[in-house]
Amino acid sequence: MSAEVAYKKIFGYPKSLKDVPTHYCPGCGHSIAHRLVAEALDEMNLREMTIGVPPVGCAVMAYNYFNFDMVEAPHGRALAVATGIKRVHPGKLVLTYQGDGDLAAIGTAETIHAGNRGERISTIFINNAIYGMTGGQMAPTTVLGQNATTTPGGRDKRRHGNPIDISRMLAVSDGVVYVERCALTSIKQIQKAKKAIKKSFQVQLDDLGYSLVELLSPCPTNWKMSPKEAWKWVNEAMVKTYPLGVIKDTTGYEDKK
Amino acid sequence: MPSEKMLMNGSHVVGEAAVRAGCRYYFGYPITPQNELPEYLSARMPEVGGTFIQGESEIASINMVIGASVAGARVMTSSSSPGVSLKQEGISYMAGMELPGVIINMMRGGPGLGNIAPSAADYFQATRGGAHGDYRTPVLAPAGCQELADLTSVAFELADKYRTPVMLLGDGLMGQVMEPVVFPDFIDVEALPKKDWILEGCKGREPRALFSMLLQDGALYKHNLELQEKFDRITANEIRWETKTQDSDDMIIVAYGTAARIAESAIEELKDENLHVGLFRPITLWPYPMAALRELAARVSKVAVFELCLGQMVEDVILSVGDRAEIHFYGLPGGKIPTPTDVADFIRSASRGDGKIGRRIEV
Repeated sequence: MSAEVAYKKIFGYPKSLKDVPTHYCPGCGHSIAHRLVAEALDEMNLREMTIGVPPVGCAVMAYNYFNFDMVEAPHGRALAVATGIKRVHPGKLVLTYQGDGDLAAIGTAETIHAGNRGERISTIFINNAIYGMTGGQMAPTTVLGQNATTTPGGRDKRRHGNPIDISRMLAVSDGVVYVERCALTSIKQIQKAKKAIKKSFQVQLDDLGYSLVELLSPCPTNWKMSPKEAWKWVNEAMVKTYPLGVIKDTTGYEDKK
Repeated sequence: MPSEKMLMNGSHVVGEAAVRAGCRYYFGYPITPQNELPEYLSARMPEVGGTFIQGESEIASINMVIGASVAGARVMTSSSSPGVSLKQEGISYMAGMELPGVIINMMRGGPGLGNIAPSAADYFQATRGGAHGDYRTPVLAPAGCQELADLTSVAFELADKYRTPVMLLGDGLMGQVMEPVVFPDFIDVEALPKKDWILEGCKGREPRALFSMLLQDGALYKHNLELQEKFDRITANEIRWETKTQDSDDMIIVAYGTAARIAESAIEELKDENLHVGLFRPITLWPYPMAALRELAARVSKVAVFELCLGQMVEDVILSVGDRAEIHFYGLPGGKIPTPTDVADFIRSASRGDGKIGRRIEV
């Protein structure tokens, strides 16, 4: 009996992910998020018709890890670049994978307007409440009281402004049909996140409008926590500012809760 | 078949010429004095199955251009000076990722918001790269509606041929003037050569990634040398200019775009004055027709430069001419347009060498 017959492969690298080491820190949420996107594309058989746009930030080199067509965008402009791609290839799946600085600070205008135009694009939004790549400065999503290298003593409403909830801002627009916030810090939430990502792709395939999945993501390095503490901080502290769940769903799908 | 002769506004001419050159995607943000161009294309694109998007900003628009370009399409954006400044970051990325695309700049007075009058104050920005990084962008300078049509086609061809952003540099007057024009025939978009670097999903091939960030040791060094090799090829093959000279000329006036049209009228005014003035009109501003100008300068005693600004192209004239001839400069800032008589007075003054109008450039 050959090994192939005796053993069934039940776990391995998704085809949509290259079998290479990443540069992400231990405990970082990006690795989980990458894998969820890749598994979703594989399971929906979309890899060969997908074009992705990564952010500027920690995931800037996502094209080294994802195994499908990708193009770099200037900081914050992923959704404008994606708009150009999607208008040329309306039959392809176009996704952006963006962090909080890219999507909710420098790229706020591009984000809001792509959503408002109802661009048939899926956005995976990684919210880790910090600027990772540049070394821990305040993000637009940094929560009140949180320490960043540019909010010594903690983020203060008056001095630094409030954390921005861009997912809820997007939900106001008619062009945005589906927004869900999940976390990457519990098995249950990770499974929910994957389901949400697949739904977002389906929304695009069904030509319904713009959709976004926000993923609360741990950054142990810049939060100066252990991975375990970082998971706990997401689940107990960060969710108070960013409550989990479906923020908007006008898809009409049966599964909607 | 070429079109019938039509009387059209310069901005509309660019729009129609772009469509005929196979452009099916336009992204732009309104700014005076070029709004007639997006307005024209908002109606025209749907007629040819194309896409028009009024972006939320110039920044978004140039990044939509990046997206459509990477997806393989012929694509264009347009703006005027302050808006083109906003597009510069995107143009640098296009240069870095070697993405074709056409950018129209109908220049207005600056700096800052300036005014909305015709100007040529963006010459440095257009010809010296414009944004960060070691790159150049081919720049075409039309001097009338027929050339707006012809050079728009050339811009798309150069962009695809060299995988580079190409700028068409006009001004508020070029964008507003009405002149007769004959358009070239529509090209067959489907018949354009298939680009082997674009993104359209990786079915049947390995995935592709396009990016300008090159962190590996030596990678950016190599990339820049390869880009330079391309810029050298463009310089060797794509320089364009026009001369209206005679062997008896003793002075050459150098001007481009609207300024060249005024200069031509000035030369006409002077035709009975025995001044022997010819015209040298650069059509590509980068690469600049240095060798041609140098050769011409060696045959005359004076080179007179006229620009709609306080002197930017004159630096390329100095680089070309050196001390082969006396160089004189005349130009007005802030959208003030000299009349042909003003320019004729400058030529007379340069001829006398009295420095009354314009100034002598000491090299």
